[in-house]
Amino acid sequence: MQLLQLLISGVAQGCIYGLIALGFVLIYKATETVSFAQGDLMMVGAFSGLAAMTLLGFPFWIAVPAAIVAMGVFGVLLERLVIRPILGQPAFSIVMLTIGVGYVLRGLITMIPDVGTDTHTMPVPYAGEVLRLSGLVIAAEQMVVIGATVILCLVLFAMFKYSKLGIAMQAASQNQLAAYYMGIPVKRINGLVWGLAAGVAAVAGLLLAPITFVHANMGFIGLKAFPAAVVGGFGSLPGAIVGGLVIGIVESLSGFYLPEGFKDIAPYIVVLLMLVLKPNGLFGEQLRKKV
Amino acid sequence: MRFIFKTEYNQDITLAKHGGHVFWYSLLGLFLVAAPWVVAEYWLAQLTFVLIYAVVGLGLMLLAGFTGLFSLGHAAFLGVGAYTQAVMVNAGVPFPLALVCAGLFSAMVGVIVGLPALRVKGIYLGMATLAFGFIVEEGMARWEKVTGGNAGLTVGYPAIGSWTLDSTEEFYFLCLLVTVGATLAIVNLLRSSTGRAFVAIRDSEISAQSMGIHLARYKTLSFALSAALAGIGGALYAHKIQFLSPEQFSIIQSIDLLLMVVIGGLGSIHGAFLGAIFLIVMPQLISLGKDFLPAAIGGAAGLQGTVYGMVLIAFVLFEPMGLYGRWLKVRTWFQLFPFYRRGLFKRQKSFQKSDRLK
Repeated sequence: MQLLQLLISGVAQGCIYGLIALGFVLIYKATETVSFAQGDLMMVGAFSGLAAMTLLGFPFWIAVPAAIVAMGVFGVLLERLVIRPILGQPAFSIVMLTIGVGYVLRGLITMIPDVGTDTHTMPVPYAGEVLRLSGLVIAAEQMVVIGATVILCLVLFAMFKYSKLGIAMQAASQNQLAAYYMGIPVKRINGLVWGLAAGVAAVAGLLLAPITFVHANMGFIGLKAFPAAVVGGFGSLPGAIVGGLVIGIVESLSGFYLPEGFKDIAPYIVVLLMLVLKPNGLFGEQLRKKV
Repeated sequence: MRFIFKTEYNQDITLAKHGGHVFWYSLLGLFLVAAPWVVAEYWLAQLTFVLIYAVVGLGLMLLAGFTGLFSLGHAAFLGVGAYTQAVMVNAGVPFPLALVCAGLFSAMVGVIVGLPALRVKGIYLGMATLAFGFIVEEGMARWEKVTGGNAGLTVGYPAIGSWTLDSTEEFYFLCLLVTVGATLAIVNLLRSSTGRAFVAIRDSEISAQSMGIHLARYKTLSFALSAALAGIGGALYAHKIQFLSPEQFSIIQSIDLLLMVVIGGLGSIHGAFLGAIFLIVMPQLISLGKDFLPAAIGGAAGLQGTVYGMVLIAFVLFEPMGLYGRWLKVRTWFQLFPFYRRGLFKRQKSFQKSDRLK
């Protein structure tokens, strides 16, 4: 029973990692760059949700989509203004660029007077509710996280499988030049992918907000989503979620069964093992360069 | 415009290419030696920090700028060196010996981290070093018997027997000595066949391998040397800061170090020094600039991070060669005056090449 309890909390935490990792993977697949700003986008998403609820006074069910859409637009703008000018440069320049974007976002949020340095509670309707199931105690927050992740995954899956836009995104991620020849507006697709990734980050932020509260440094959780993305294989969407779950469960179990301190580094030990044993991750593609 | 007329093969590999080099570097050397008498003590301390960071920067430059392997966990090597030095000096070991041990121990750790580097490429290497950095940081916090854990560890002055380097000036000269030694070592390394092999690996692994370069050996060597320099820098850092705690060697520090080499200019020795100067001077400039800003902006906690981020973005977008690249352009402009063309340093745009196929 205790194991089950640990598993559930691990799965809930893993869903958050998975959602952030999903953002990494979306951007990585489309533009072959790794966005270090993903955690900070998540933080901004949580703050915009908070602002919509408290400042603008929107009810919960309007504030959440509003925050997600706002972040999506923000992601598109970010790509247009900062990322697009240096596409085609070495991948590492873009990594540094996104680190810079993360710094700026965190700094700007911290600079908002009276808001940035404090910790806030997100007023969600399901806060504090608990489901008791024959000895199991499941917080409503955790159930919402798991449920929302499942729904989001289904939506994304359907989008990539059936919609024209999703198929165009897949094509652009597989071969930009070929996609361009086929008449796909690759640049615009890249912008939309960034928007989508920012939107997913906002969802993660809103889901995480009731659990860890909203503060300027909550984006650092993004650093734990990297192991999730690597374990799943950096180029695989289902891999990101599975990787997130693996990391979440490992973390939750090691926090209970192993000595203190292992909880924080268990994800990194897993990722190092993964890189040594199976560098392409669980679902990574096996590709070889032909000379 | 200076034309160097080469009459000997050795001129290709001499350190000072022409009289201008000799003149300017002698002047710089004179200034650095005379610094304790002409510079106020506060700025001397800052200069010491610049030298320490330059040593670490040289190491990271060797790895990232010349071998093309990016490490997101370099603070871990810094930390290993710092703690080794602190523990050994506190136990009464003469500091030169401790310094060597700090470098060697760091290099050993570097080799261990270099092992996954042989299998993984690009961003996966970044992840591996990132993960390693976290593990080392946690290790430093948990191994309380040796490192003092989160409570921290006080470091004594560097000493041999009864001779203690406890003044700012003496310590400055120690750092200067180490920095000059490290710089000469790296410059010499880069004109040897080993250094050429590193650059070949950076430019194309496949062609390097075809030319008979043993990838695994050279990559591991690069990691080891880079980690050794970071360890030596860390040892000096430990003495300078005199108090160690694990959070000094976190991911933030690693990113700062990367920021240093990127802003300084990847792929140039000067870049390590310019980056170190930037890293030390920037916070001072920000705190000076605070007085001119309205209190709501100037007094905000996030100002430094915002400015750092914006500078980083600006450099990547507009000056990917960093401060040293900017200097090269300015110098060329003067040398060619009035024939400088705008496209002279234009970057080649290439179609997205897939990292997955490397």
